[in-house]
Amino acid sequence: MSENRKLIKIATAGSVDDGKSTLIGRLLYDTKSLTTDKIEAIERSSKQRGYDYLDFSLATDGLVAEREQGITIDVAHIYFNTEKTNFIVADTPGHVEYTRNMVTGASTSQVAIILIDARKGVIEQTYRHFFIANLLRISHVVVAINKMDLVDYEEDVFLKIKADFDVLVAKSDFSEDQINYIPVSALKGENIARQSDEMPWYVGNTLLDHLEVLEPKDLEESTVARFPVQYVIRPKTEAWHDFRGFSGMLYGGNLKVGDEVTLLPSLNTSKIKSIHYFDQQIQEAEPGSSIAITLETEVDLSRGDMLVKSGELPTSEKRLTATICQVNNKPLRVGGKYILQHGVNRVMAKVEQIESRIHTDFTGVEDADQLKMNDIGKVHFRLNKPIHYDSYHSNKSNGSFILIDEAEFDTVSVGFIE
Amino acid sequence: MNNLLIPNPKEAESIHIIREVAAQFERPVLLFSGGKDSITLVRLAQKAFYPARIPFPLLHVDTGHNFPETIAFRDKLVEELGLELIVRNVQDAIDQGKVREERGRYSSRNSLQTTTLLDAIEEFKFDACIGGARRDEEKARAKERVFSVRDDFGQWDEKNQRPELFDMLNGKIHNGQNVRCFPISNWTELDVWEYIKTENIEIPSIYFAHEREVFLRDGMIWTANEHVFREDHEEVQVKMVRFRTVGDMTCTAAVFSEAVSLDDVVGEIRDSSISERGARIDDKRSEAAMETRKKVGYF
Repeated sequence: MSENRKLIKIATAGSVDDGKSTLIGRLLYDTKSLTTDKIEAIERSSKQRGYDYLDFSLATDGLVAEREQGITIDVAHIYFNTEKTNFIVADTPGHVEYTRNMVTGASTSQVAIILIDARKGVIEQTYRHFFIANLLRISHVVVAINKMDLVDYEEDVFLKIKADFDVLVAKSDFSEDQINYIPVSALKGENIARQSDEMPWYVGNTLLDHLEVLEPKDLEESTVARFPVQYVIRPKTEAWHDFRGFSGMLYGGNLKVGDEVTLLPSLNTSKIKSIHYFDQQIQEAEPGSSIAITLETEVDLSRGDMLVKSGELPTSEKRLTATICQVNNKPLRVGGKYILQHGVNRVMAKVEQIESRIHTDFTGVEDADQLKMNDIGKVHFRLNKPIHYDSYHSNKSNGSFILIDEAEFDTVSVGFIE
Repeated sequence: MNNLLIPNPKEAESIHIIREVAAQFERPVLLFSGGKDSITLVRLAQKAFYPARIPFPLLHVDTGHNFPETIAFRDKLVEELGLELIVRNVQDAIDQGKVREERGRYSSRNSLQTTTLLDAIEEFKFDACIGGARRDEEKARAKERVFSVRDDFGQWDEKNQRPELFDMLNGKIHNGQNVRCFPISNWTELDVWEYIKTENIEIPSIYFAHEREVFLRDGMIWTANEHVFREDHEEVQVKMVRFRTVGDMTCTAAVFSEAVSLDDVVGEIRDSSISERGARIDDKRSEAAMETRKKVGYF
């Protein structure tokens, strides 16, 4: 990374047997990211199972339970790089009951690859995967139409699936230029890293070329600066006697020395005196920087508070409405109390009303009195203290939260604020 | 003064995680092995709290079979940065009869570290242990969380992990539980080496090519000395080698290498065709080796 390779984060989604693990294994193999000992292990395992081909899915299916069942059951992170780009793949399973895994994987990704089996076309699962990509506002979606080798590499099959998918795109918030279609055979390596001779009718990029031309800048939203205070640095040494650095990660927009800032919740104002990155003082920081900030005036500011540019204040409210995805076995119920973690800030939250359960196939909503694991619904909350938020639509990092069970401390829900 | 900071996304994420550990836990500790990953962690922790000192101690679980170069390096680093170092010895657990020393051809103290680690966690009431594990190391690690909750027995329940959404970390735990925290989860081996090079971080000399007495077994290069079991027919030779990981002598194989500088090493890693854990003898025991050890509280 020191070589200034860019970083692209990808989530993959596909139904069982769409060949997702094979696709990832193929990407690893074709980018020479699999080492000899790993390839040997794959050859050995493939042989033991009596396959006459290399089972690349064995490169990614991690846990013993999964190897026994032959399906992936959780989010696995896989890394590979090319000369120019570092990739992180969050491999999420496509089972109907595993919405939570795809939401989890997609929450840290900029790009989603949705796999479709060319023989089956757009199925209910595809709707759900695309729905989640839409809900999480993934910046770019690649629709990889796989197993083209099993439909004789027919262009008509590809076009039919593309037309079906376009219908979904029209129902979503995506614009057409955020979606790309690529016909591939992961097993044979067609249009993965190598342009396919079998599909001369396809003139676009291979999957890898396509992923490589994406620019992280274009995939990150640019909005207003949000600086949640994570940890207050007080060295209490002779040399740094009066130093009080407010450390944290900067989101959304730049901050620079001299900026007029407003502190939340106090609404006090001050000016940025210095910005520190380790032993360097810098003039200005870009979003995504882990920095420490000092202010011109003595202020009361601690973990969970927020620093923003004056004139760019977020909403500060004790009530909010959010789309919730339930990620735990315990259902979300009206009247339920939770610890709400918004960035690094924690407050108590009570469920006032569950407005609806949302169909994840773009067919509307229904009434609900609880949200079970993998359900998505619209929920109204009341908080014991205001939080300083933006809508998820305008600011992902400041528009999302998790709910923590009061008794078990498990993470039970993720919320996207309206 | 530098004008504009353009963040290195992996470094920024790691610093964020380390600050979360310091903020969310009462008694964190950084598990320090003297290897390149834990040395990288120390640098990241320095960056997270500068100009203040790192607000938690280092813990070294010493198997007694460490390379002397690593121990010398550890003591120097601790001294230079003014860190607090806690050392707990596997030998003590053996002497107390808590664990039994392995014997014979593949004997190693590596898996015995678990007991000493868990004892130290109990002794100091650590609620968070920061480790340098990376998800790219091994298949079972690919699903590890950044904050991984363990019970009193250090057990890892892979089916019951908390989902981690965006960069929000949930470190809420009950008494007796503790959390293993992995700030460089998303780094690859190459990332670590390139970082060490860019940051000009000092590392123990055994990472660079040097002459060493070794012997060959199962296609791997083993260190020849009194801690490593060797059969009479296994002939000792002097070779130019270096290490890619620095664990216990009994479970860390060397590679033939001419890489004497960081540039050489980075070049070698980039072209390498053997994974780093491929040189970990303990992983070769079975395909599910790592997962099994994790379940009983190993890192």
